[in-house]
Amino acid sequence: MRSSFLHSITPLLLLFAFPAKADWLNFRGPNGSGHAPDITTTVGELSDQTLAWKVALPGRGLGSPIVVGEKVFVTAASGPEQQQLHILCFSAKDGAPLWERRFWATGRTMSHNKTNVAAPTPASDGERIYALYSSNDLICVDLNGNLVWMRGLTLDYPNASNSLGMASSPLVVGDTLVAQIENDSESFAAGFDLLTGVNKWKLDRPKSANWTSPTVLQKDGEAIVALQSSDGILGLLPSTGSSVFTVPGAASTIPSSAASGDELFIPSNGLTVVKLGATGEEPKKVWNQSNQRPGTASVLVTGEKLYLINNAGVLTCAKRASGEVLWEVRLKGPFSGSPVAGGDGKLYIFSEQGVGQVVDPSGEKGVISSEIELGETILSTASLDGETLYIRSDGHLWKFAKK
Amino acid sequence: MKSLLLPLSLSLLLPLSPLLRAEPWTAPLDQLRKVGPEGAGNAEAAAAWTALTALGPEMLVPVLTAMEGASPLARNWMRTAVETVFDRAIAAKTDVPGGPIKAFLVDRKHEPNARRLAFELYSKLSPEEAAALVPGFADDPSPALRRDAVAKLLAEGKAQLEAGDQAKSLATLNAALDAAREVDQIDAVTKLLREKLAQKVDLPKHFGFLSHWHLIAPFDNTGRAGFDRVFSPETEVKLDAEYPGKEDKPVKWQAYATPDDYGKVDFNQPFGPIKEVTGYAYTEFNAAEARDAQIRLGCKNAWKVWFNGELLFGRDEYHRGQRIDQYSLPVKLKQGKNTILVKACQNEQTQDWTAQWEFQLRVCDATGTAILATDRQPTPEKAAPVRRRPNREGGAKE
Repeated sequence: MRSSFLHSITPLLLLFAFPAKADWLNFRGPNGSGHAPDITTTVGELSDQTLAWKVALPGRGLGSPIVVGEKVFVTAASGPEQQQLHILCFSAKDGAPLWERRFWATGRTMSHNKTNVAAPTPASDGERIYALYSSNDLICVDLNGNLVWMRGLTLDYPNASNSLGMASSPLVVGDTLVAQIENDSESFAAGFDLLTGVNKWKLDRPKSANWTSPTVLQKDGEAIVALQSSDGILGLLPSTGSSVFTVPGAASTIPSSAASGDELFIPSNGLTVVKLGATGEEPKKVWNQSNQRPGTASVLVTGEKLYLINNAGVLTCAKRASGEVLWEVRLKGPFSGSPVAGGDGKLYIFSEQGVGQVVDPSGEKGVISSEIELGETILSTASLDGETLYIRSDGHLWKFAKK
Repeated sequence: MKSLLLPLSLSLLLPLSPLLRAEPWTAPLDQLRKVGPEGAGNAEAAAAWTALTALGPEMLVPVLTAMEGASPLARNWMRTAVETVFDRAIAAKTDVPGGPIKAFLVDRKHEPNARRLAFELYSKLSPEEAAALVPGFADDPSPALRRDAVAKLLAEGKAQLEAGDQAKSLATLNAALDAAREVDQIDAVTKLLREKLAQKVDLPKHFGFLSHWHLIAPFDNTGRAGFDRVFSPETEVKLDAEYPGKEDKPVKWQAYATPDDYGKVDFNQPFGPIKEVTGYAYTEFNAAEARDAQIRLGCKNAWKVWFNGELLFGRDEYHRGQRIDQYSLPVKLKQGKNTILVKACQNEQTQDWTAQWEFQLRVCDATGTAILATDRQPTPEKAAPVRRRPNREGGAKE
């Protein structure tokens, strides 16, 4: 009875957990984990031939573009103190600017020179855009740029900031926007109402700077958000913030985990994999490889393979089930962004020097099958949408499309 | 009887007259002003924003005007409404009269950011006329407008320098320095004045940094517990007193003056470098008049600031970065003596980039213009710096 009931409501729950549109709605796309199996054919090649368009941006940013329908959205910050916040909307077809909204930051805009106030990637539920900045300004507009709500989280919580800059990206899960505002002082995570921006819940979090972003696990058709920190992992229900599980032990505060089904691949003591148990049970450790240490780039899992990139720019492919290393290949790094992949398994990653690389893992050993130098600093992660790829550099938004 | 009823009926109508005259933006603006903490009023504000953006360009100046006194959140609601209507009008080739926008932006009583926004709108309508206004912004109360004038003076001073006209360049760059309120521009002008024209620039005075203090340390901060502990200087400031410090060793106040261009008060100079310690700095500021002011602080240690005995703010973050004007704390200066007490905690980290145990503090107005004490002492002369490495156990190593 229980199993058939769950079976029958699973599609419904999934419908609520994620919008039906196959867009790229947040940092690292589906589940915040970088892998979009539904995109069966990706752009495949990064070259002048596949460059569809590029448009200038009014300011820097590290956040990825997101895609909703025929619109591409990206944030930026400008001005001598980065106090101008931008939300920009472009036509996916030709890069034509559709609208721009600008705001004055209400929180602190100080950051390390390398990063920027527009470090978090915005999120969407397919109807609205939720843009978070390092200044802790959290802004919701609809797809036409109409302002829906705005929060100044540093006005509400005056010690919630990081003088190096915040970078965690929010995520829409079901009817809640989940954000980690974690720092050395007034550290918290919260769930926000999508329509009004008011707190649905707010949790104290470890007083420690944390640049990781939430990911989403699926268990029996239910979405569970995993919050990573120096204290490990906290799994919670997005709508209420209720704790579902914990994974103790220090986890990294820079590269984020990857969720795949009910398994979480955590940058902790090297790399640690846990599998969710039955309701009320803590997750079980599947394996740990202490010598597999992700650098800044987050972990990626595609099917039976997992990938990590260390600080030397070496891409390691390992078996998902055991962590056994299958092959390694040195990429042109260093990397601040993370790899992403579609259903064809090809990996896309851009170096800080602006070198876009495609890794084809289909053979015995992965090969760099395509490469392009964009000639600009890139500290962000690419976004996929069907047979297209979007990447933002310090000065431009670029679209590549399969020929 | 009839003659009595007429004035009566008119008097009944009088209270309604403001409503009868209400403009279409009046009620939406009232609603936007009500947005409050933790999302309060967002839903109503969204409806008000929709109503505002349905209006034509006649709403631009009234909404810009309404930014005066509005909260930072409300100003953003208003700003996006203004830009949305403006952009739509331009796209539709609707006539947007520039005269009222110009009149708004040159009127210095309006909200500084709103005036900057008006300038940007006017620049799109009349680029040449807008550019002609820039030199007049050199003494503008809006820092964002003043910035353009300083940039222009800086470019002119550089060009004069390159043309070999040092006298003109000196006059232009001095005017740029007088006008500059933002750190990057002040630094750029100062570099030219010092390196190319051999001029002395008293940067601490220009910024309004407080250079003369009394310091007392070390108190304990083992396990970062000192931030919350109340040590004696928080309950009384007696400059001739002696207290038990860390490990019960006696500590006393001592005079300290910093020659640093950016007013850095370095506890490591007299006391360290040491770790897991707390120090206090005290000074007095004699104000010419009672007025609104800001205490602006830069500090990469955990800190607290008291002004006239009242705790303004505290922050327990360590070694994530420091810059001038990192924190702005509004205060009301009293005429005459005002007291400032700073607590700075050093933590246990031992990396090179965690050696600093220091702060920088200035008093200025909301535009960043220095407010100088009536009895401000001359900026101390610079001495050769002494470099010392951190010593976790305490005590200094030359």
